Amino acid sequence: MTKIFKRPSRRSFLTGATAALAAPALLSATRAYAATPTLRIGHVSPRTGPLAGFAEADDYVISGIEKALAGGLQNNGKSWNVEIISKDSQSNPNRAAEVAADLILGDEVDIIVAASTPDTVNPVADQAEINEVPCITTDCPWQPYFFGRNGVPGEGFASTYHFFWGLEDVIGSFLDMWGQSGVAKSVGGLFPNDADGNAWGHPELGLPKPLAEAGYNLVDPGRYQPLSDDFSNYIAAFKESGCEIVTGNMIAPDFATFWAQAAQQGFNPKIVTIGKALLFPSVIASLGERGDGLSSEVWWSPNHPFSSSLSSASSKELAEGYSAASGRPWTQPIGFKHALFEVVADVAKRAEDLEDPEAIVAAINGTNLDTIVGNVNWANGPINNVSKTPLVAGQWQKDGDAMDLKIVANSAAPNIPLTGELNLLG
Amino acid sequence: MDWLNAVVQGTLLGGLYALFAAGLSLIFGVMRLVNIGHGDLIVLAAYLGLTVTTATGMHPLFALIVVVPTMAVIGYVLQRGLLNQTLGDDLLPPLLVTFGLSVILQNGLLEIYSADPQKLEAGALETASFAVGGLNLGVLPVLTFAVAVAVIWGLQWTFYHTALGRAFRAVSDNQDIAQLMGLNRRHIFGVAMALALGVTAIAGILLGIRTSFDPSIGGGRLIFGFEAVIIGGLGNLWGTLAGGVILGVAQTVGAKIDPGWQVLSGHIAFLIILAIRPNGLFPRISA
Repeated sequence: MTKIFKRPSRRSFLTGATAALAAPALLSATRAYAATPTLRIGHVSPRTGPLAGFAEADDYVISGIEKALAGGLQNNGKSWNVEIISKDSQSNPNRAAEVAADLILGDEVDIIVAASTPDTVNPVADQAEINEVPCITTDCPWQPYFFGRNGVPGEGFASTYHFFWGLEDVIGSFLDMWGQSGVAKSVGGLFPNDADGNAWGHPELGLPKPLAEAGYNLVDPGRYQPLSDDFSNYIAAFKESGCEIVTGNMIAPDFATFWAQAAQQGFNPKIVTIGKALLFPSVIASLGERGDGLSSEVWWSPNHPFSSSLSSASSKELAEGYSAASGRPWTQPIGFKHALFEVVADVAKRAEDLEDPEAIVAAINGTNLDTIVGNVNWANGPINNVSKTPLVAGQWQKDGDAMDLKIVANSAAPNIPLTGELNLLG
Repeated sequence: MDWLNAVVQGTLLGGLYALFAAGLSLIFGVMRLVNIGHGDLIVLAAYLGLTVTTATGMHPLFALIVVVPTMAVIGYVLQRGLLNQTLGDDLLPPLLVTFGLSVILQNGLLEIYSADPQKLEAGALETASFAVGGLNLGVLPVLTFAVAVAVIWGLQWTFYHTALGRAFRAVSDNQDIAQLMGLNRRHIFGVAMALALGVTAIAGILLGIRTSFDPSIGGGRLIFGFEAVIIGGLGNLWGTLAGGVILGVAQTVGAKIDPGWQVLSGHIAFLIILAIRPNGLFPRISA
């Protein structure tokens, strides 16, 4: 064998060792005498694992934010550099808490942000609350965020804030969509035994009560275990009650199993509106022809009449930018991930003292910002520490070769234009 | 009629579980190897099927022509290159290595195929059904059950009517003496793993047609496979089919009572059988 590495000579060893010894002195000096201080933002999201679809646009969004903030932020006439440190929760709540603690205690971030489902948002917010670090989160209905963290209405939390919509908005937009269709008011409910499924199926806080008030008959056979291989009993129960609408909150593999079995066993509902499973174009594409006509809630779309407060890009430009950069269709979390950093930048500009967590929290509390997902203002929230963004309902319809999510019901947020009409299935 | 429907649908579901379990049963029977990565190998097969169908545009069932031999080769290489080194008196090293394999497979698939749910497009087969005596039976579940029966019959025939089967049984009974009699047990183990992963390939493709899959769902499928193997009796292939059917029927009948009990009643059936007959219903090997 030939020798690849040279043995270090005495002289080169001495040079290297001296440099290594001297380095910390130099480095600490640069930090202490830096002309512009740095604001550190910690970011936790599920980059890998079952929730990875929510975070697929992270790199695109964060690089856009970094570009917009490349010149630094102005706070009280002083310029601050912004550094975003992003960590992966691996779709695991324990891991999310761990990396949040790491960001707070190890990287000593000034603000921590997190997005995508209670499994990411809640543990991060809990860590921030314990350590009194300002925290902003999004992309999780507010009930699992607030009640899942044992929040007390009227008291709320000291340093953690959240913006998104709630179950009442989902229910409202679903009813809005079904109401205009004229189908029989008999609804089959598919709720899994997980945090979302139990919240949606909750007799008081979930779908059953408002549906009954609106005159719908909800057939809810019970909670199934996620990753179920068989829905025959649900299908039999729905057929027996003549359900023309199917709703619920499912993960994509469960919906695919249900939807194939429904066809095999001769159950053909006219409207299928499912939360969570039908958010992503990739899921609809995987269902092929049977994906046409399914409906879902819409938190954000390229047609939302909002634009970024940071880059002044419109919703359309942001979505198309992602498609151009990645070659993949837009997804709803892109807007919220962008808005999250918009709020952070706005807070950082307004805070009276960026060195003081309490001043940052006060600035968050005073937010009134028009973001790419709508207005964020914690003074108008339904409950402490929560601000709501508008929600509409949409249907996947074939548009040329691809499936497009058309907005078909908007009575809760008429400023978001309709882009299509609800078509019945079958 | 509803109850009959639940039982029939459960039996068909049992066919899928038996396919998940057949590979596990085979390798446990031959080399006492508990493969924790089995669920992820099923998902790997589904992804291979996806690659083949998107690259060539052929029907997923025809993709089996490519995927089965590919998985078999992977199995042989895996066994000879890695798992043979871990086999010995201790059960723990192969357990740990296959657990590591499972983690590597999941993350490898995530890196290559991303977290998007995928599905194998089988056209009309996915939703086709026929009516028998007032019941609607899906063509795909019936096909899955038939394939499960055929695969188990094929494996059973291989075991008892071929020279290879004799070699399998010999190394299973006593490795050292089989070696003395001129059988190369390392090669036999490799062939057994190749056969097991060939079956896994069929299970993976059928799973991919039945539902959508992503890199993380393998683990959830593993447990049903294990339960079917243990209910049926370790190392007994027909027992594995029976185990799968018992598990499937227990699940659908449980779900008929209350959907929350679907998975639970499968586990309860498993625990009852484990309590009454710790070696399973039809044990071939005394544990």
